[in-house]
Amino acid sequence: MSEISATERSREQRSANEPAAIVLADGTVFEGEAFGARPADGVAQGEFVFNTVMSGYQEVISDPSYAGQVITFTYPHIGNVGTNGTDNESLRPFCNGVVVRDLARRPSNWRAQEDLPSFLDRHGIPGIAGVDTRRLTRHLRDHGSMAGVFGTADLATLTQAAKTAHDTTGRDFVAQVTTDGAYSVDEDGDSGRRIVAIDLGIKTTIVRSLSNYGSVHVVPATTTADEIMALEPDGVFLSNGPGDPAAVQSAPETIKGLLGRVPIFGICMGHQLLAQALGGKTFKLPFGHHGGNHPVRDLTTGKIEITSQNHNYCVDLDGVPGIEITHVNLNDGTLEGFRCSDIPAFAVQHHPEAGPGPHESSYLFGRFADLIDSNRK
Amino acid sequence: MPRRDDIESILLIGSGPIVIGQACEFDYSGTQACRVLREEGYRVILANSNPATIMTDPDFADATYVEPLVPEVLERIIAKERPDAVLPTLGGQTALNLAMDLSEMGILEKYNVELIGADAEAIRTAEDREVFKKAMIEIGLGVPASGVARSLDEGHEVLREIGLPVVIRPAYILGGKGTGIASTMEQFDHIVSRGIDASPIGEVLIEKSIAGWKEFELEVMRDRADNCVIICSIENVDAMGVHTGDSITVAPAQTLTDVEYQVMRDAAFRVMRRVGVETGGSNVQFAVHPETGEQVVIEMNPRVSRSSALASKATGFPIAKIAAKLAVGYTLDEIPNDITKKTPASFEPTIDYVVTKVPRWAFEKFPGAEPVLGTQMQSVGEVMALGRTFPESLQKAMRSMEQGRAGLNCDAGERLYDDVETSDLLARVSIATPERIFEIESLIRRGVSLTEINVATGIDIWFLDQMLAICEEREALAGRQSGDGIPELTTGEWKRAKQFGFSDAQLAYLWNSDEAEIRSARIGAGVETTYKTVDTCGAEFEAFTPYHFGTWEEENEVAPSDGKKVIILGSGPNRIGQGIEFDYCCVHASFSLSAAGFETVMINCNPETVSTDYDTSDRLYFEPLTNEDVLNVIDAERRSAEAGGGELVGVIVSLGGQTPLKLAGLLPPELVLGTPAESIDLAEDRDRWAALCTSLCIPQPEGATATSLDAALETTRRIGFPALIRPSYVLGGRAMEIVYGEDDLRRAWQAITLGGSLGREGGLSSSRPVLIDRFLEDATEVDVDAIRDASGEVIIGGIMQHVEEAGVHSGDSACITPPVGLTQSAIATISDYASRIAEGLGVIGLINVQFAVHHSGGDDEKVYVIEANPRASRTVPFIAKAMAVPLVKIASRVMCGATLAELREEGLLSESGSISHVAVKEAVLPWNRFPDVDTVLGPEMRSTGEVMGIDMTEGMAFAKSQLAAGDRMPLEGTVFMSLADRDKPVGLRAASKFAELGFEIVATSGTAEFLGSNGIEVAEVVAKLTTPSADGDDIAADGPGVDGVELIAAGRVDLVVNSPRGRGPRADGAHIRRAAAANRVPLMTTAAAAFAAAKGIEELRKNELDVRSLQEYQSAMRGA
Repeated sequence: MSEISATERSREQRSANEPAAIVLADGTVFEGEAFGARPADGVAQGEFVFNTVMSGYQEVISDPSYAGQVITFTYPHIGNVGTNGTDNESLRPFCNGVVVRDLARRPSNWRAQEDLPSFLDRHGIPGIAGVDTRRLTRHLRDHGSMAGVFGTADLATLTQAAKTAHDTTGRDFVAQVTTDGAYSVDEDGDSGRRIVAIDLGIKTTIVRSLSNYGSVHVVPATTTADEIMALEPDGVFLSNGPGDPAAVQSAPETIKGLLGRVPIFGICMGHQLLAQALGGKTFKLPFGHHGGNHPVRDLTTGKIEITSQNHNYCVDLDGVPGIEITHVNLNDGTLEGFRCSDIPAFAVQHHPEAGPGPHESSYLFGRFADLIDSNRK
Repeated sequence: MPRRDDIESILLIGSGPIVIGQACEFDYSGTQACRVLREEGYRVILANSNPATIMTDPDFADATYVEPLVPEVLERIIAKERPDAVLPTLGGQTALNLAMDLSEMGILEKYNVELIGADAEAIRTAEDREVFKKAMIEIGLGVPASGVARSLDEGHEVLREIGLPVVIRPAYILGGKGTGIASTMEQFDHIVSRGIDASPIGEVLIEKSIAGWKEFELEVMRDRADNCVIICSIENVDAMGVHTGDSITVAPAQTLTDVEYQVMRDAAFRVMRRVGVETGGSNVQFAVHPETGEQVVIEMNPRVSRSSALASKATGFPIAKIAAKLAVGYTLDEIPNDITKKTPASFEPTIDYVVTKVPRWAFEKFPGAEPVLGTQMQSVGEVMALGRTFPESLQKAMRSMEQGRAGLNCDAGERLYDDVETSDLLARVSIATPERIFEIESLIRRGVSLTEINVATGIDIWFLDQMLAICEEREALAGRQSGDGIPELTTGEWKRAKQFGFSDAQLAYLWNSDEAEIRSARIGAGVETTYKTVDTCGAEFEAFTPYHFGTWEEENEVAPSDGKKVIILGSGPNRIGQGIEFDYCCVHASFSLSAAGFETVMINCNPETVSTDYDTSDRLYFEPLTNEDVLNVIDAERRSAEAGGGELVGVIVSLGGQTPLKLAGLLPPELVLGTPAESIDLAEDRDRWAALCTSLCIPQPEGATATSLDAALETTRRIGFPALIRPSYVLGGRAMEIVYGEDDLRRAWQAITLGGSLGREGGLSSSRPVLIDRFLEDATEVDVDAIRDASGEVIIGGIMQHVEEAGVHSGDSACITPPVGLTQSAIATISDYASRIAEGLGVIGLINVQFAVHHSGGDDEKVYVIEANPRASRTVPFIAKAMAVPLVKIASRVMCGATLAELREEGLLSESGSISHVAVKEAVLPWNRFPDVDTVLGPEMRSTGEVMGIDMTEGMAFAKSQLAAGDRMPLEGTVFMSLADRDKPVGLRAASKFAELGFEIVATSGTAEFLGSNGIEVAEVVAKLTTPSADGDDIAADGPGVDGVELIAAGRVDLVVNSPRGRGPRADGAHIRRAAAANRVPLMTTAAAAFAAAKGIEELRKNELDVRSLQEYQSAMRGA
């Protein structure tokens, strides 16, 4: 059997449940077994957060907003449906790691193309399975999301490394995830709407949702307001993205330069940066919102929508003039959306594009189109 | 939108007796609704004929009508109570159908009553399959091709369009009754004809079969502001083709990507909106093609269902409670989530564990019925198990079933299929049966590829692979043993084994050790259960409800407490002989002890029940009721008490039927509250029990125990025939029989010892012998429920006289209280004996004693004791309602140390006034589910549920009980009588009464002759069908004239009285009884019941059928 390739052999060895552990910055230890990619020194690090979705792990893992973070899935069976070529939210995952209770041995779904461990391995993402993820989640809930490490290194090494592990506070990850060059998606050219999307870590589903309403021109985060205006947009979209909104370079200036000149719609990071540009602040939530079941009320209609959520920071618009709050999270009362009264701009914190998650907030893309249309007249 | 103020009183319709397809999940939903609506300040009027339910406790409604659930009775209730609204969506199909009747008959309009929850139009859209499919097509959702037929010809026309195979479903039928899959024309004709008959509107839906597709279900809630949420997704392990009630199901869905799940979710909301369910919960079922992902909508229930009970327990989201609040106008965001307290109910629960539901069947009770699962539901109960992974929850579910299996494998049962060839076994698993999951395990363990099994069964590879993981772990664990005894395992290895769901009993089997040794080795290695919390949110928010399940992780969430804790062991899955009555008992104990300041801890694994509601007890452990699982909870609660300064007072084992009672002997004796395990054993141990009766000078039928046929024959030679034989330690008269001779005994012996199910449960041994008693023919059976306290005081809760004579299982017999047919002296003797037996056994708490009153002519009567059970009996809730005594509340306090005198002082026990009403309990039998089974009653219990008729006279109470059980007594017409000789004296009284009431009487020759010679005119002598030959076989009779079956089939009979007695074969009677059932003619199988029926008919003709609430009966008693 000398023909067995090196990768196959290494995978075989790995299936022998190599012990691994998590050590959080506060010294708390969780045991598990390694899967996916293996960092050379047996240590991976990042900010530990938990996500409560029961389906859609592939979308979550490939969402660029998780750059710098280690994702803990609260649902215990992960990998059941494998991965496929169409459900990715970006070209590759940017997260620092994945924590699961139980990794599916054999995926089963008619669309499955690759199993999750191979997918992660291929993209260099390490994982740890067999973890008491509920204990980890409760710990993060009670003590806040925090930095930590995990891997196959010995406990002493991991403990030492945990002391210097960093969370996302004050860190700009946008540069890592934004597109190198501009590109266009022109699915609905008939409407004549030209939408320029500033890529702060944009999800594929957002591009797809926008393209239902016009041609979409995705530009790097460093694009200036004048460069954008030169593209003659009917509307500008501010995307989701990773890290601390307060630390993001260049984009805030760009947004300030666009305010009032063109209709603007922001989602997630885009929501936070729009708020900042208008004079608002952002603050970090204890453990963020990461899941697909948060109720949000649209104050303009009174309707409740179950939303897809993925954010660590929240917007504070206290004292900012010309602002109308449009959306509120019913779980904790945090701000989920606002619009400007005198200029054409609005944003939401949650994810109307879903991917993964419920579809009922997708009307917001329609609102953007309406805003563009009423502005054009 | 706040609560509606324009309505003040609401009529809630319950679901009536427990039947297959409609079990205690509707007691759970109705109880929740009653509590919520009263909390909201509405006047609640409840109608439900089932006395065993918790909701019919007078405390739960302002006016409780235990009356037949038929439109004219409901009209009387409406006319009397004048409710503003009727809430029909929490009482199953029964309530929904009744609401439709009330609407169509114009009764709702006449009394200006509004239907809330779902209106008539919505119900019609969801329930009428043709309308539903049209609606689905209209909103662009996929549905299987289909057509509707009201005759066989129309059926053939539809078939030409669709082609075989097809599924045929009767319209407006609960639990899929009459449904079937046809792959041949013969099957097609048969099922279509049967279905048209079964449907109340004579209509069937014929649909392209999608058997083999994957099946999913979503639980949806909607409020009147049109907010919709999904509470739970459920995936069936069994593919389409097996009724969802008969499928092993898992929550949440395991094999859908988010893209597919969201498409399904959107579709569910569109279905809800299109059907027009304005508020409340519904479920929508989908089928998904395993290779293309094509989704089609199968059906929706516009009401709370069995699945919603499951979803509520699976997620912690109380669907019924919320549905009731939505029905009175609240919106989801206005209702707080009880569990997190600070978040609203307008969200979608997310769970961090896996839930597995496994149905439990009762085919062993119905010889002749083939144990094959299909589109018609046949299970009588279910278990649910929670684990962090599917393998863990599946294994827990398997041991929760109490059918002799310790898990998926790793027990004596795993060898059952060893002798079956792989090819045969593969062929077998292509047919769904109760055994299939174990057959699949056997195939996996012998290395058959998952693909092959997937092809044979349609079960998704993911589930099969998870089962393979269990098998691989089993092999690995077996391989760890080198030599004898328990291998040296590391803490991690122990934990891993437990995480796969292996119980200590399974490991003991694997390593040829015993459970106690495994337990101590495991605990020695530091591996103990950790309890997680069901919190609706995957730990995102703090949970304030201690609803736990056990698993094997790093963190235990059981909080310290300073309470005086009492653990109550529930009754596990519903089965025939052990059902809702015991849940009633456990729930009452919890309420009573909680009121007395105890911290109550419930352990149970039945998702349909009130006991597994998170707010019934102070703490809930959703766990299997096995020795290990119970001991683990005891340990956890002990630690919680130690850490918090509390105290574990003990464990109540005597309220959950046989399930917890069997555990009594295995628990630390000092923890068993009330009657000690020793006394329980004394009552079960034949010889010691006989000695006790002798010492108390209480006569009992002669008898003995036997573990061999020879010993049994020796006994019958001494005591004579007929004899009653039964295995010990079983409930519901499992395998109990009356034998009339030695050959009969030999045959019955075989049935008991080789009959499979009993053998599987451990077979016969000196500790589990067969009991043999002389059977007292011609005796009246009497049941007594009593309570004795530690000071020795005994109160008699109630005495029930059976309508059917001794020999019919008490659970299947109608019974009357007060015992109007007993003499005062017999009642005095019975009370005296019951008290002395309670004393002799040292009972503390409830005891049920059965007596037989034997009349040997004239006034000469003798009372024999048949058996005593020092535990709550099936009749406790009936007695509690009929006599207005809170028996269980009193008994549970007594078990925890109170004396009856103290409880009298406290006011819990009050002297009952004189009773001027009569209550009749009638059993409800599932014959319609098993059309090939003889409907005769015998010593083995087969009823699934019961109803109560209550009125001022025996006749009226009996008539109501029959009406409630589904038999409408004719007020005129023809009675067909066929009586066994010994029944003729009583039968004569019945016949005279029928004649006096103007009924025409027809009879078989012997009966006709007897009646004629006693001056009763017999209009026609009915021919016999068969004559018995010497060896017991039947020979077709060729006598002249119309036979009984023809007569019934011709619609010429309005009431059948057929009493099978004596030694001979019963084939003739069986045909007549089957014909009566098939043609829905009321049938009395005993002369006593016929006489009671005659009296009832007399009353019905004299008086209007009047309704009174339990509260009215109670105040009459107090006033008297």
